[in-house]
Amino acid sequence: MNWKAIWAIYTSEMMRFFRTLAQSFLSPVLSTSLYFIVFGAAIGSRIDQVEGVSYGAFIVPGLVMLSVITQSITNGAFGIYFPKFIGTIYELLSAPVNFLEIVIGFVGAAATKALFIGAVILGTSTFFVDLTVQHPVAMVAFLVLTCLSFALLGFIIGIWAQNFEQLQLVPLLIVTPLVFLGGSFYSISMLPPFWQTVTMFNPVVYLISGFRWAFFGMADVPVGFSLLAIGAFTAICLAAVWWIFRTGWRIRS
Amino acid sequence: MGIVEIENLRKTYAGGFEALKGVSLSIEEGEILALLGPNGAGKTTLISTICGITMPGDGTVRVGGHDVVRDFREARRMIGLVPQEIHLEPFTKVIDTVRFTRGLFGKPKDDAYIEKILRQLSLWDKRDARTRELSGGMKRRVLIAKALAHEPRVLFLDEPTAGVDVELRKDMWGVVAELKSSGVTIILTTHYIEEAEAIADRVGVINGGELLLVEGKDALMKRFGQKDLHIELTEPIETLPAPLADRGLRLSADGRVLSYTFISTGERTGITSLLNDIAEAGLVMRDMRTEESSLEEIFVSLVKEGAA
Repeated sequence: MNWKAIWAIYTSEMMRFFRTLAQSFLSPVLSTSLYFIVFGAAIGSRIDQVEGVSYGAFIVPGLVMLSVITQSITNGAFGIYFPKFIGTIYELLSAPVNFLEIVIGFVGAAATKALFIGAVILGTSTFFVDLTVQHPVAMVAFLVLTCLSFALLGFIIGIWAQNFEQLQLVPLLIVTPLVFLGGSFYSISMLPPFWQTVTMFNPVVYLISGFRWAFFGMADVPVGFSLLAIGAFTAICLAAVWWIFRTGWRIRS
Repeated sequence: MGIVEIENLRKTYAGGFEALKGVSLSIEEGEILALLGPNGAGKTTLISTICGITMPGDGTVRVGGHDVVRDFREARRMIGLVPQEIHLEPFTKVIDTVRFTRGLFGKPKDDAYIEKILRQLSLWDKRDARTRELSGGMKRRVLIAKALAHEPRVLFLDEPTAGVDVELRKDMWGVVAELKSSGVTIILTTHYIEEAEAIADRVGVINGGELLLVEGKDALMKRFGQKDLHIELTEPIETLPAPLADRGLRLSADGRVLSYTFISTGERTGITSLLNDIAEAGLVMRDMRTEESSLEEIFVSLVKEGAA
């Protein structure tokens, strides 16, 4: 392994993040606060409790996941799309690095950024609600796995995208609905039976459910399923990236 | 064995376009080889295939004895690449982007070395500037600095002076000469014949995906040792006098200069009898000079030969 190359890619990606730190920091703080005002205070005051947890606290795991998933994808996609767009990818292709090293560098940085933002949101939410974490290790593990797997998905999107419109398309048209309908703001048990079944095909449900279990010890689906789902998702993404580099799809002519 | 050995390299793009049709080439350590050819000749494809930018085609390429596909790590560690287009991260500082390349090639941090190459390329004063703030010529220097960051033994320069003004071009030639003296093997592509003539040790002519020839620059000049003799007359003439009519002379528009083309390496150049005839025709000569044909003319005739 060319660890120095991985480190070079990782740090240069992180440098880009730190150049826009204020923006990276402010935007999640602001949007989280708004969510708490609208969902927590305005609507939440009428919902009272969901399965024994105050509504304000109940939405925290979903809120974190919503941002973390979106951020992972956006960062992962932009990280590799940018060198493709401005042409500096020539350097990666002609360097003594293999696909795994490139992926670890870019996806690692994208996941780190998302993790940082997840932590900021979690921190912000403590200003609004009392939060207890029953399984802290599982909570961190879910968060890290989510960041990594969705950054990987973002990486694939970044390689696939041939213009900025396509870069935005997948997060906008597929991911945002999946996350919103994945039980971020409600428990699956609140849905009519038919929609409960439909929801089970949404992979994000398993993530949010598992993540929520780490906080409150209660879940929509068994936590093992959640782990399995995220593991399978990561494996599929890794296989796709391996295929991309083997065939040179959209990076080598 | 040369430091770069290319054997029967072929490259066909996905669309079916055959960009390289079996190129073989051996490049000696320490030389400057210019690959000369018109746009679309296959120059960039050749370099891109060696460096890993495009998917490898058939044939083999070895750099320092390492196969560029099988032992890509060892091979690529020896190679520096300066691309044709200026590709730089706009918001990164000069020194950071050069350090990045060094890291990417797996070399340990070495600020003294980075300082040395930045000074060599007159970039040291600009080390903390963001690359987007630099002029075109400076950006190209940054690309060279990046390509040298990992101490490569072979440097590929893909059209280093395309779109660069005359002064900068001469400047760049100076840089290349200096790099050569530090022991780096240099392969550059160009479609400026002047450039190959000015800095190369050997010239390879490439067109239509085929290497038409590779020869020492001087040998090439000698082989195509065509020369022009220009004779300036004291008095202008309107037409060539009869005895000179069928000697292949060209008369300038103002009637003051007679031009004659001959092969300087041939047995008989015909100059003596020509001068006798001119004297006999009663023309008085004021001045006389000869001119070697440029690589441009050689190149044009080669490409025509190749097309025929």
